Amino acid sequence: MSELEHYTLTINGEERQVADAWIGESLLYVLRERLGLPGSKGACEQGECGSCTVYVDNAAVCSCLVMAATAVGTQIATVEGLNQDGTLTDVQQAFVSEGAVQCGFCTPGLVMAVHHLLDHNGTPNEQEIKEALSGNICRCTGYGRIFAAVDSVIAVRKRTAS
Amino acid sequence: MPVFIPSSLAEATHLLSNNPSAHLLTGGTDLMVEVNFNHRHPETVISLRKVPEFQQWNVDNITGLVHIGSSVPYAMMEHGELAQALPALAEAARTVGSPQIRAAGSLGGNLGTCSPAGDSLPVLSALDAVIHLQSETASRSVAFADFMVGPKKTSRLPNEIISGVTIPLINGWQGYAKVGVRNAMVISIASVCLAIHDGNVRVALGSVGPTIIRGSESEAWINSVGLENVDLSVAKEFGERVRAESRPINDHRSTAEYRRHAVGVLATRLLLRGIQK
Repeated sequence: MSELEHYTLTINGEERQVADAWIGESLLYVLRERLGLPGSKGACEQGECGSCTVYVDNAAVCSCLVMAATAVGTQIATVEGLNQDGTLTDVQQAFVSEGAVQCGFCTPGLVMAVHHLLDHNGTPNEQEIKEALSGNICRCTGYGRIFAAVDSVIAVRKRTAS
Repeated sequence: MPVFIPSSLAEATHLLSNNPSAHLLTGGTDLMVEVNFNHRHPETVISLRKVPEFQQWNVDNITGLVHIGSSVPYAMMEHGELAQALPALAEAARTVGSPQIRAAGSLGGNLGTCSPAGDSLPVLSALDAVIHLQSETASRSVAFADFMVGPKKTSRLPNEIISGVTIPLINGWQGYAKVGVRNAMVISIASVCLAIHDGNVRVALGSVGPTIIRGSESEAWINSVGLENVDLSVAKEFGERVRAESRPINDHRSTAEYRRHAVGVLATRLLLRGIQK
């Protein structure tokens, strides 16, 4: 059994200490306010908007709904860890190139959702793309340019693979 | 205010015996909303995500039983072997929240919260699921109808953990339908699961009463009519009878009248789908 007020989380492959934490803190809060990782965005704090999407043991989840202290021993990946050398991933670059970013608040969560989709299904159809992104709300773009960005990543990856 | 992360069933039940007021947590998708909005301040939490027994599932075609551990996420039920064995459960799982919620949420959580709007619950009711409860010293199994006793009220004892459910396979069609204000990320306004076994119809209704309602009178009526005699007018009368068995309320999501209407339409629609197969 483990009683937790100080605990260690593994984030983007790195062990991070969390000290004197209240157990009710969400993983989103701990990432942003305690560990200096503000890439995951907090908007609804009830799992509806997807702006805080991270991977916990390779599952894409809303970090606002993960009790941080229960994530001890898991592998957590955030948007900051996608490309640690500071360059853009192909998905991020496609969002820029296709104009899929307007206010940008939903973008980190969407980028995480798109990477997760394409990691598990390299050739999703339109329906599968829409369903995979149905947990990420964007109120600026109307989604057209976001879907265009996903399509362009799929096309480029297909070209490079062949 | 500690968090415990037991790694075995024995450790989990022992921890609960010693901390009877602890909040049991699986995915966290219900509890964390309440914590984030300061509606709840759990003193002690037992996270069940590392208990191996709760993550197991299997489809046994010899015994005709499907077992699903309480922490198996909905994402596992949407496709593959579980979805083939239990299509209605797959359909219900696919309507839960969003992919992010379905990666975390589980039957254990849906049963633990036991909201009348719980998406999996009409399926568990219509398929005569049995809920398994484990305490430090004993285990017991309860029919779904005896498990959910009111809105967010269950017959689980404070020292018991929901370990999983057993769902008998059926030999006929099964389907699920739900009405909400949009497709994704929606809490149901009305939902219905219809299942056919040995030529008999079973129907369970969600979000239209204090508990999931089994439409026993509608079932008896349609089974006396006989499935071979179902046409559009019979299906409509079935919907009317289901509507009459619902007991919805007005709340911030919908009116009782709309819920009654919707649940009848869903029942008619599912019956027509069921006889086409």
